[in-house]
Amino acid sequence: MASLTINGTVHEVDVEPDTPLLWVIREQVGLTGTKYSCGIAQCGACTVHVDGVATRSCTLPVSAVTPEQRIVTIEGLSPDGSHPVQKAWLELDVPQCGYCQTGQIMAAAALLQANPQPSDEDITVEMTNICRCGTYNRIKAAIKLAANGGAIRG
Amino acid sequence: MTSALDISRRNFFVSSAATVGGLALGFHIPFAEAAAAETASEVNAWVVVKPDDTVVIRIARVEMGQGTLTGLAQLVAEELDCDWSKVTTEYPTPGQNVARSRIWGNFQTAGSRGIRDSHDYVRQGGAAARHMLIQAAAGEWNAPAAECSVSNGVITHGPSGRSTTYGKVATAAAKLEAPKEVQLKDPKDWKIAGKPLKRLDTAEKLTGKQVYSIDVKLPGMLNAAVKDCPVFGGKLKSFDAAAVQGMPGVKKVVTVGDTGVAVVADTWWRAKTALDALPIEWDEGPNATMSSDSIAAMLEEGLNATQAFVGNQSGDVQGAIAGAAKTVEAVYSVPYQHHATMEPMNATAVWTTDRCQVWTATQNAEAALATAANAAGLPIPQCDVYRLHLGGGFGRRSTSHDFVRQAVLIAKEMPGTPVKLIWSREEDMLHGYYHPITKAKMAGALDANGNLVGLRMRISGQSILASVRPEGLQNGRDPATFQGLNPSGTEGVFGYSIPNLLIDHAMRNPPVPPGFWRGVNNNQNAIYVECFMDELAHAAGQDPLEFRRKLMANHPKHLAVLNAVAERAGWGTPAPQGIYRGLAQHMGYGSYVAACAEVSVDDSGILKIHRIVAATNCGHAVNPQQIEAQVEGSFAFGLTALLYGEITLKDGRIEQENFDSYQIMRMDEMPKVESIIMPSGDFWGGVGEPTIFVAAPAVLNAIFAATGKRIRSVPLAKADLRKA
Ligand code: FES
Ligand code: FES
Repeated sequence: MASLTINGTVHEVDVEPDTPLLWVIREQVGLTGTKYSCGIAQCGACTVHVDGVATRSCTLPVSAVTPEQRIVTIEGLSPDGSHPVQKAWLELDVPQCGYCQTGQIMAAAALLQANPQPSDEDITVEMTNICRCGTYNRIKAAIKLAANGGAIRG
Repeated sequence: MTSALDISRRNFFVSSAATVGGLALGFHIPFAEAAAAETASEVNAWVVVKPDDTVVIRIARVEMGQGTLTGLAQLVAEELDCDWSKVTTEYPTPGQNVARSRIWGNFQTAGSRGIRDSHDYVRQGGAAARHMLIQAAAGEWNAPAAECSVSNGVITHGPSGRSTTYGKVATAAAKLEAPKEVQLKDPKDWKIAGKPLKRLDTAEKLTGKQVYSIDVKLPGMLNAAVKDCPVFGGKLKSFDAAAVQGMPGVKKVVTVGDTGVAVVADTWWRAKTALDALPIEWDEGPNATMSSDSIAAMLEEGLNATQAFVGNQSGDVQGAIAGAAKTVEAVYSVPYQHHATMEPMNATAVWTTDRCQVWTATQNAEAALATAANAAGLPIPQCDVYRLHLGGGFGRRSTSHDFVRQAVLIAKEMPGTPVKLIWSREEDMLHGYYHPITKAKMAGALDANGNLVGLRMRISGQSILASVRPEGLQNGRDPATFQGLNPSGTEGVFGYSIPNLLIDHAMRNPPVPPGFWRGVNNNQNAIYVECFMDELAHAAGQDPLEFRRKLMANHPKHLAVLNAVAERAGWGTPAPQGIYRGLAQHMGYGSYVAACAEVSVDDSGILKIHRIVAATNCGHAVNPQQIEAQVEGSFAFGLTALLYGEITLKDGRIEQENFDSYQIMRMDEMPKVESIIMPSGDFWGGVGEPTIFVAAPAVLNAIFAATGKRIRSVPLAKADLRKA
């Protein structure tokens, strides 16, 4: 059994302690916006926030997360897609297949939380998620748009 | 719980509205929406109108990121003259297509054909629906249809000033006969098509709401993880199910055909954990000693073989080479590549003795249906496939539906229970259909004035069709090998006139499954031709642009895109300090493309690609901003292959199992991409693939300009780029 605080709700889940947080979120909790792609912390498709920090959930065993830690998934980033990063993504029509995009958005939201006015260099250093469709230039532009659009909520 | 799932489709629609067994059916069931609203009217196969004026446009091709869903909807909406803000879309199923005599035509989404193959009949569908809706309004008003006009889904009767909406007359329109002939608009008059509209599928992709195939949930569903023999051509020998039967969540261990084994469990993670613990013995079969070296030797032999299939020939190339003032020779190699879609292969199936249903991500739902029916042992009318947007396709999900076959075989072991099969990334890497491996031996003959008078190109390597679609071979010859090298046609014409020319193919097929991979054979053909053209220009002491221009007088469309990038990039004017340029052009999938790359290489050999100027003439541009997105994405894809893409083999199996050993380009390496979209309006060409062709050769030519080094074997990860 593990107790997890996800998007403000406490979930009691019956899983083996070494189960990656990603699969607990997807299978036990049933939130599928967080994606599986590599399972070895290479691609970032599984990015969630743990206490505000972008975290690749596919290699984080659920036993390493305490009930007090605040986990936020894409479903909890905003109630209705209104987070500045989501709005900027919509404005610039960033996604292609979209599979990597929830992870990209979570990574970008954490970046802007820590660094509200990132330089190009800051963005390329922090944004290491893979996008096989190659939306990188629009992602970069959308992060800048979000940064210039006002305050970023946590 | 299983019994809650009624597998008849109508009942399934009904139950889909509710939550069953605590699991939300949180995804789009084809036609569920339209079926649920009893009053929605199918005006024709392409257009369904609801009383609230919502227009549901049916899309036969699939969305995998390339924007076809929006582009096709734009074409239908344009002819329909409906309100774009009220447009939604849905996929018909291949089973419905079969039942209705293929009314939606081809479902295959590959070869950059989504729009160029279907624009005429989808536009006709929109125009016919418009005609019927107007007719219905005119009927209600007892007025001649010719006195009625329509704009944004509002029909107006000029003389009386009366008006109504599509939603109000749709039921009556649906009962009318379709017009025999319709007049399509001149693209000059387009208001919805041809415009840089936003995609229809963006919002759900930003919130986690978009349900991909991997996210499908069905009541009572179990999950499966599979391992197929890692050696191509090998088989499953034995496994010890008892060793894992007691592990958490495990329901069953099943064989999958004669090559694989799967664990079925309550969750996928538990299935995978048990599968990893399962003792398995493989019969590695005849290819157990195959390696990249043995494949290379096979291809090298082909470079000099006497027998080959001819692709393009004129004059006497041997004579031209023998009599040349100067000859140039080079051998190029391009390795296997993997598709590496971000969403790994997966499918969900439910099987009973009289019905089989599959939910999956496929580029060819009709082929997926045929595969499912075959594996299910049921006639096609008793099966169906429900499509979801793809988390990437790139040709993998059109080449083979092996994952569908496996899912059905596993589901068959658990009648009535839905089973979702997900491949781990490792399984996905090991069981691809790889971009084929080839080499090319190039020889050029220059006369005393530096004119190219002869070109000899021998391709040696793998045929995709021989493995995937042998019925497409022509007396053993694979015509697709010569993409972009053809003497004539509309798909991919060689852009140079050379008096003595011979391009041929020594087919050498290693037992590694090949597949269609975004750009397909154009990718290596463009590297071979365009890099060698650069070599020839330098050997002739000529500017690479001028050297090409002299050979392109008969190919004005090829030349126009090349000139466009040269002009925009400032070819012939000094580049910024330390920056060097390279050019390439190619034609494929009906479109003409060119690129100019700007790169720098520092003293330690580190390459930076600063800027790409890319031009495309795709005939008609249905959504320019999405074409730009495709152009940008195609460079990420093509440059990933150039920088890192290489699948190697050892002991009969693939060596790269995940993104740590199979690197994908990330944001820090992505160049600025400037697109020039220059549709000439007189043909329909593809968009999703073409610009990928010129990515690698333009950069390789720029690297030569920067370093004096001619890289003929890619990827660059294994090359030393320090100045010679
Ligand atoms: S799935 Fe977690 S980083 Fe790729
Ligand atoms: S949008 Fe397809 S992988 Fe990023």
